[in-house]
Amino acid sequence: MEITPDARILFVLPGGPLGDLPVSATIVNSWIVMAILVIGGRIATLGIGPATPTSRWRLAVELFVEMIRNQIRAIGGGDPARYMPFVGTLFLFTLFSNVLGVVPGFMSPTGSLSTTVALALCVLVAVPVYGIADNGVIGYLRRYIEPTPLMAPFNVIGEISRTIALAVRLYGNVMSGMVVAAILLSIVPFFFPILLQLLGLLTGVIQAYIFAVLAMVYIVSASGQEPGAAENRTSAGGDSPYDTSTQRNR
Amino acid sequence: MGAITVIAAVSIVTAGLTIAIGSIGPALGEARTAAQALQAIAQQPDESNTITRTLFVSLAMIESTAIYCFVVAMILLFGNPFWTWAIGAAALTKGG
Repeated sequence: MEITPDARILFVLPGGPLGDLPVSATIVNSWIVMAILVIGGRIATLGIGPATPTSRWRLAVELFVEMIRNQIRAIGGGDPARYMPFVGTLFLFTLFSNVLGVVPGFMSPTGSLSTTVALALCVLVAVPVYGIADNGVIGYLRRYIEPTPLMAPFNVIGEISRTIALAVRLYGNVMSGMVVAAILLSIVPFFFPILLQLLGLLTGVIQAYIFAVLAMVYIVSASGQEPGAAENRTSAGGDSPYDTSTQRNR
Repeated sequence: MGAITVIAAVSIVTAGLTIAIGSIGPALGEARTAAQALQAIAQQPDESNTITRTLFVSLAMIESTAIYCFVVAMILLFGNPFWTWAIGAAALTKGG
């Protein structure tokens, strides 16, 4: 059984003196996802301006982008435009590759450990980049000896292990969807696998969301703020009278 | 029973044990999380957006423990390095 699209070699590029370069389904499917995202975004933003959007596509894309911006603002509390290019791209890429996994013959690129490790490495690099941009090199490095210098090795280990966890979580979820569907297709065909495909769609969307949210939380925690600080501030200010009133009603 | 049979048997049994034991903890944890979240939504319906978002994130974090077990079970069943090594060693002795 194929449990990863890495194993399916679609064609071999002649590499000259370096030897041949086998191109697996992972790479080709990533290209397909990238092409869909780029062409779809380009079509939706044709003739973009400050006027009210008239086409349905543009409206949908703007709603989507606004939703991502709101989520980033809720976690980071800062300017979403700083994080949007990175976190939004991660979210869109993982979302589209997870959701396209239901198309027959298309194996999600995120169902391969190499893709998810690459995405997690991007997060690993982006965390110090944003942290240094906010606090400077000294300020960023000081976070490693934060409670005491004794904790420095554990902070480093934590940074590495959460990267591995990020990669394996996404890979495991997408891969388990594919494998369980394949196993059930051979045991109880027709109806039950379709329900699991639906569950796989839900899992794919949630996992894409979680991947982006976790990346955002890591970035925000490296730049010195508490994740969700902005939200707690607003909710603490706005809702506390309401809470007491509901309690009184009860 | 040759070495290959032993490795195959141990791999299959261990894969089953991995996913069986490894899914107990996350199942209990997720049940508790969901129950608490439902209770919180019932008490504060206005906060249900925040609670639901946090719920999904924490459910996925809890679930990842089970997913790690699943990945290990899949590796034992389909990508077993010891199995590959035993097959390679057997082919080597047969050839030599």
